[in-house]
Amino acid sequence: MATSPVVENLSTNLDQIFIITRDWLTHFLPAAWRPAVDVVLSVVVIVCVFPGLFALTTVFERKGLGRIQNRLGPNRTGPFGFFQPIADGIKSLTKEDIVPASADGVLHFLAPVILVVAVFMGFAVLPMGRNMVLVDMDAGLLFFFAMGASTELSVFMAGWSSRNKYSLLGAMRAIAQMISYEVVLLLSSVSVVMITGSLRLTKIVDAQNQYSYGLPHWYIFTPWGLAAFIMYAIAATAETNRSPFDLPEGESELVAGYHTEYSGFKFALFFLGEYLAMFSISGLGTTLFLGGWSAPLEVFNVVPSWIWFFGKVMMSIFVFIWMRGTLPRLRQDQLMNFAWKFVLPFTLLDLLVTAMWRFMGEGWLRWVVSTAILAGAYVLMGRVSMYRQHFAPRKYRYAD
Amino acid sequence: MLGEGILKGMAETARNFAGSYVSKERLTTVEYPEQRIPTVENARVFPFLVYDGPDSQSGLRCVACQICEKECPPKCIFIDKSADKKPDYVGKPQFYPAKFDIDISVCMSCQICVEVCPFEAIKMDTQFELATDDRFGGLLLDREQLAKSNEYYHSIHPTEATEVDSRLAEEKAKAEAKATAAADAAAAKAAAASTPKPNPPAAGGD
Repeated sequence: MATSPVVENLSTNLDQIFIITRDWLTHFLPAAWRPAVDVVLSVVVIVCVFPGLFALTTVFERKGLGRIQNRLGPNRTGPFGFFQPIADGIKSLTKEDIVPASADGVLHFLAPVILVVAVFMGFAVLPMGRNMVLVDMDAGLLFFFAMGASTELSVFMAGWSSRNKYSLLGAMRAIAQMISYEVVLLLSSVSVVMITGSLRLTKIVDAQNQYSYGLPHWYIFTPWGLAAFIMYAIAATAETNRSPFDLPEGESELVAGYHTEYSGFKFALFFLGEYLAMFSISGLGTTLFLGGWSAPLEVFNVVPSWIWFFGKVMMSIFVFIWMRGTLPRLRQDQLMNFAWKFVLPFTLLDLLVTAMWRFMGEGWLRWVVSTAILAGAYVLMGRVSMYRQHFAPRKYRYAD
Repeated sequence: MLGEGILKGMAETARNFAGSYVSKERLTTVEYPEQRIPTVENARVFPFLVYDGPDSQSGLRCVACQICEKECPPKCIFIDKSADKKPDYVGKPQFYPAKFDIDISVCMSCQICVEVCPFEAIKMDTQFELATDDRFGGLLLDREQLAKSNEYYHSIHPTEATEVDSRLAEEKAKAEAKATAAADAAAAKAAAASTPKPNPPAAGGD
C-alpha cells in the first residue's frame, strides 16, 4: 500500500514512542549505566501501567456485570463512578490489618507479596509491542510458565498459614484445580511451539505477523490453533480462579477461600495479584494465538503495535467478565471431570493434529483433514459424555 | 451439542448488556436520594399524633386514656396524664397528655396503638428517613416531634383520613344533637317548673 512518507514516519515514531522516550531519557547518562537504567525504567513503567489497568478493570467489571444484570453499577464516586478504585484503595489502606493469633505470621505476610511478585515476573517476557519486551529470553515461554506455577505456592502458603479450616479447604481446592489445569495450559501452548519451533515469544509473534491477501497468519485462524486457543482459554480461566471456575473462593461455601483471614492491604494485594494474573495470561494467549502486537489486517499496520496488544488483552478481559456474568460456578467433581476427561484428552488430540498439520505441507488437504478430526472428536466426546452424564443435567437418585 | 447451553447463555447476557443502554424498561433501578417513587397509601412506619386546628400542642386529639400505652406489645409508649382538663373537639372537658414519648428504636410498627385508640388520635406515619447520630435521644420522639396536623394525615392516607373525618363529624353531630335535646329538655323542664301547677306534688304521682 502506498502511504505518504510523512504518515509512515509519524506512525513509526508513534509505534516506537516508548522506546524513543526511554532512549532520550538515558542518553544523558554514561554508556556503561545505560542498560541497567533502561531495564529499571521499563520495570517502573510495567509496575505502574498494569495496576492502573487493574484499577480501570475493576470499575468496568462492576459496571459491565451490572449492565448484564440490568443494573446501573457503581455511579456515585466521581463522573460515572470512575473514581471508585481510588475510594476502594483508600479504604483498603486504612483498614485494620488483622492477623489471627494462631497464624504463622511470616508465611501469612509473605503469601500475598510472593503472589504479586511472581505474577509481575511473567510480564518480563511478554512482547507488548514492536521491540517492546523487557527480557527477550530464548526460553521465554518456559520462564512464563515457571513464574505462573509459583503463584500456586503463594495460594497454599496463604491457606496453610491462616490456620483456618475454610482457608485450608480453599487452598486445597485451588491447588487441585490449578495443577489439573496447568497441564492443559502447557499442552495447549506446546502446539504453538511445535509449529514455530521456538520458545522465544518474540519469534512466535514474528511467525504470526505475516499477511496473505491482507489477512493475518494468526494461529487462531487454523483448525488446530482454534482448538488449542479454546482449550487455553478454559485452562486460563481456571488458572486465574475466575468464574465459572472460582471454586477456591466459593463464597457460598468457604467464606472467601484461601484469603478468608486477610484484610486491609494484604487482601488488596491478593485482589491485585488475581487481576494481574488475568492480564498476564491474556497477554500470553494474545501472543500465542492472536498474533501478539500484530494488526488484524495489513492496512491497520499504521496504528501503533502496542495499541493492538493492549486492545487484544482488554478484549480478553471483557470475555472473562462476560463469562463471569453468565455462567454459574461448577461443583468440585464437575471441575475435575471436565479437566481430566474432556479438556486434557482433547488437547492431546490437538497435539496430534498439530503434528499432522506440520508434516502434511501446504495445501487445502490439511485444512479439511484437521478440521474433520477435531470437529468429529468434539461432537463424539460431547455425545459420549452427555450419555454418561458427565456434563448432562444432574439426575437425583433418591430425591426428586 | 456440547457447549450449546453456554453459547445461549452468553447471547442472553449480551442482549441484557446491550439492551440496558437502549431500553429504559430494562433498568428498573430507582436512584433513591435523587429519584423517589411515591409511597403507597397503606405504607406504615412509626405512629404519630394527630392534631386539629392551628396549634400543634393544644389541638392534640389525644386524651391520655393510656390504652395504647397498655396495649403496646414492646412497651415503647410512655404517657404522663395531665392534672387539669381541657375541652376536646366536642367541647367535653378531657385530660391531655402532659408527656407523650415513643421510643422508635423499640417500636415494631405493629399498628396496635392505632387500632385500639377510641379518639382517632394516633395514626401511622410514612416518614422513613429517621437516621440519627444519637442512638438514644435521637430515636426517642416526644410530643412536639410526634404531633402532625390533620392535613398532613390527609396527604399521606387520603382515603382513611376522609373516613375518620366523617366518623368524627358524625359523632360531633350526634353529640351536638344530644346536647340540644338535653338543652331543650332542660329548657322544657325549666319552663314546666316555672309555670304554676294546678295541684301540689303530694296530691298525685305520674
